[in-house]
Amino acid sequence: MTTVTADTHDDHHDHGPAKGFMRWVTTTNHKDIGTLYLIFSLVMFMVGGAMAMVIRLELFQPGLQFVDPGFFNQMTTVHALVMIFGAVMPAFVGLANWMLPIMVGGPDMALPRMNNWSFWILPFAFAMLLSTFFMDGGAAAGGWTLYPPLVLQGGNGFPYMIFAIHMMGISSVMGAINVIVTILNMRAPGMTLMKMPLFVWTWFITAYLLIAVMPVLAGAVTMLLTDRFYDTSFFSAAGGGDPVLFQHIFWFFGHPEVYILILPAFGVVSSIIPTFARKPLFGYSSMVYATASIAFLSFIVWAHHMFTVGMPIEGELFFMYATMLIAVPTGVKVFNWISTMWKGSMTFETPMLFSIGFVIMFTIGGFSGLMLAIAPADFQYHDTYFVVAHFHYVLVTGAIYSIMAAAYYWLPKWTGNMYNEKMGQWHFWLSTVSVNVLFFPQHFLGLAGMPRRIPDYSVQFAEFNMWSSIGGFAFGLSQVFFCYIVYKTIKGGEKATDQVWEGAEGLEWTLSSPPPYHSFTTAPEIK
Amino acid sequence: MNKLKQLFAGGALLTFMSSVAHAEYGLNMPVGVTETSRQVYDLHMLILWVCVAIGVVVFGAMIWSMIFHRKSKGAVASQFHESMTAEVVWTVVPFIILIVMAIPATKVLIDMHDASEADMSIKVTGYQWKWRYEYIGEDVDFFSSLDAASNEARQVGSKIDPSTVDNYLLNVDRPLVIPVGKKVRFLLTASDVIHAWWVPDFGWKKDAIPGFINEAWVKVDEPGVYRGQCAELCGRDHGFMPIVVEVKSEADYAIWLAAQKGEEVVAKMEAEVALVEGLTADDLIQKGEEVYRANCVACHQMKGEGIAGVFPAISGSALVNGPMDAQIDMVMNGKVGTAMVAFKNQLNDVELAAVITYQRNSLGNSVGDSVQPSAIAALR
Repeated sequence: MTTVTADTHDDHHDHGPAKGFMRWVTTTNHKDIGTLYLIFSLVMFMVGGAMAMVIRLELFQPGLQFVDPGFFNQMTTVHALVMIFGAVMPAFVGLANWMLPIMVGGPDMALPRMNNWSFWILPFAFAMLLSTFFMDGGAAAGGWTLYPPLVLQGGNGFPYMIFAIHMMGISSVMGAINVIVTILNMRAPGMTLMKMPLFVWTWFITAYLLIAVMPVLAGAVTMLLTDRFYDTSFFSAAGGGDPVLFQHIFWFFGHPEVYILILPAFGVVSSIIPTFARKPLFGYSSMVYATASIAFLSFIVWAHHMFTVGMPIEGELFFMYATMLIAVPTGVKVFNWISTMWKGSMTFETPMLFSIGFVIMFTIGGFSGLMLAIAPADFQYHDTYFVVAHFHYVLVTGAIYSIMAAAYYWLPKWTGNMYNEKMGQWHFWLSTVSVNVLFFPQHFLGLAGMPRRIPDYSVQFAEFNMWSSIGGFAFGLSQVFFCYIVYKTIKGGEKATDQVWEGAEGLEWTLSSPPPYHSFTTAPEIK
Repeated sequence: MNKLKQLFAGGALLTFMSSVAHAEYGLNMPVGVTETSRQVYDLHMLILWVCVAIGVVVFGAMIWSMIFHRKSKGAVASQFHESMTAEVVWTVVPFIILIVMAIPATKVLIDMHDASEADMSIKVTGYQWKWRYEYIGEDVDFFSSLDAASNEARQVGSKIDPSTVDNYLLNVDRPLVIPVGKKVRFLLTASDVIHAWWVPDFGWKKDAIPGFINEAWVKVDEPGVYRGQCAELCGRDHGFMPIVVEVKSEADYAIWLAAQKGEEVVAKMEAEVALVEGLTADDLIQKGEEVYRANCVACHQMKGEGIAGVFPAISGSALVNGPMDAQIDMVMNGKVGTAMVAFKNQLNDVELAAVITYQRNSLGNSVGDSVQPSAIAALR
């Protein structure tokens, strides 16, 4: 009897996906869901980018030419929310969906139905967030950090924004649970934890960070909601509460969140550099330990975002020292990447270019981060364009560069088609020149005294703002070009081999390009 | 592609020309005018050079590797992938560098925290969107907001070139005045949302938080005018609440302080006379317009049209055109959870009576009644 059942099952083995629109709605396949996440993320990247264009347009010259200051504040606020929760996080979840089951030698994600749900929540969450632009009072305008009391002055869109954040949080937590369960249960025999590719490791640790902090954010925004509508006073001094308490709770979420956005990037780069250096990753185990140390430290440094709120000296010293410590494991990672390149046999295809761009410019962002850690100097840097430059170096030329690198690296595997190498290189160089024209002058603006989140500025800041805006427009256009490259690759192109890259190692390259609908139906052998 | 090139060239040219037009722009943190600001500047430069040095080594190694270890040059990949020694070295060396950095940083931080033995204290209160300065024990207390010229030029579509305005967005109607060489302690708080008080030349910023009082201090070496801005997002006009500090010699400061006290006495007497004798409707409307321009236009706009969905219009407003009690209550006590604050804490009886009368009889409204300062006083 059992034999018969097994046979029947085998007959239906390669049934493939359902056809048409419903395939995508009902899919429980990790590759389909990964694709959905990645496309959603690209769309949100364009939406958030459009808001950045409005910001740079208004800041092109001193004086207010285009938008009302209130609308400008909505732009900065929603730009950040969309980019963080809509572009970067879903992109990494998409990469995780596509690659984790393959990398550990499993057939699919462990919890496929939940996987479907955690994706399909997102379009609704963002539709709700973006719909607040059309409500009385417009979208949230108090900054993505949602500091009370300011955020409580928002219009009718406020509760919708809070609900949208709750939905994003639920989606992220479900995604994280799925990642952990997949990694712990779906590994092929012989795939021990310390044999997993670093991308799997970094996502494993990221998933724990997500589960630890998303509920904290949910709690914080729920308290905002009750403060506004149910007469509680968690964050109102007049009712016995404390506005600074919100900042502590928010950044207890917010700082690990920063690492949620960057740890998977470390994993991506750690996969790509060895491939194109044709040399194994240097210091694999120290990379794992460094990632874990960064994750631990991320929980004890949050108040460096709020050095100016007037903490006691002991608090400031503790958070200054702890923050400086993060430089150590982060440095270890950078040194390991360089040692991987050292004495390799390097070629510079687009994924490698973006990875090298990542290492260099992320390190620049790390340097300004180290400067910001010095509390007395932070009293000057805080809330200026210096900070804006810092976090865009780590998030745009950090997280987003790694996502671009990953897209070029795995697109041939996903689609079975090679992207156009020449166009990829153009995209890299256009992006890299423009992104530095865009963000580097912002260091100078901040040091010279330009606060962040202002729609208009004194004339001494005019030159660098104009540079920055020109860089911004060019960077924006370059990403439209990226969309075109991706579209063209999906549509067709030179057929990719299974191996794709000469120096590539790992289970994903043992499968066909594109891989079969169910990745590994029999567990691969792990050497 | 050609279009793109033109755009780049055009942009570059434009930038070059405008940098000739006003050549003075900052690249670096100002050294500032206090001992603290110089220490902060030194720390900033120290950490900057440490980063530059590390950068030269790290990026140098990368570039070297990229030039010489490339496949096109026939490089053959080594297969080494571990070295305990290397890992220990690049963990310990950065750690030591950090300790070296932490020592001076700790020293400066402790020094900045010590606001004791101040010669005088000033309470700074952030409002949406202006600052209030109270000289503790001196009976001098005033608001400081964006100056009229900047305010006119910064309106959307004003067509006024900001470079023709003196200190565009960095000028106020009444600057804070402090004496040179004295340790001045600031007590910072806010009345509505969180603001941050920042003058770069003093070397620090500090949040002004409603319900809390923060402390900071400054001891300025040389007389002069120092400018800054609110540094914490505080709503629509966050970019338009500058800070100007005039540092005067001790003698000049004493003269200024005496003059201020005189003005406050005169203003108080005028207010008391108005309270007893009352004002004509015309006087009230005239005074009310001044008060409206200084306190209400940021939200309700110059012509009272408001901003749809966020800030209600005054023109044609049911509240303003209805029974006066409701309007008085709104202006005096504000509306919780919105940017409409309780103006009884900011304005005196004459100003409140004037602005209420003005709103009822101007900005497209013509109710035709007026309220006397004494009636407002009775409601306090």
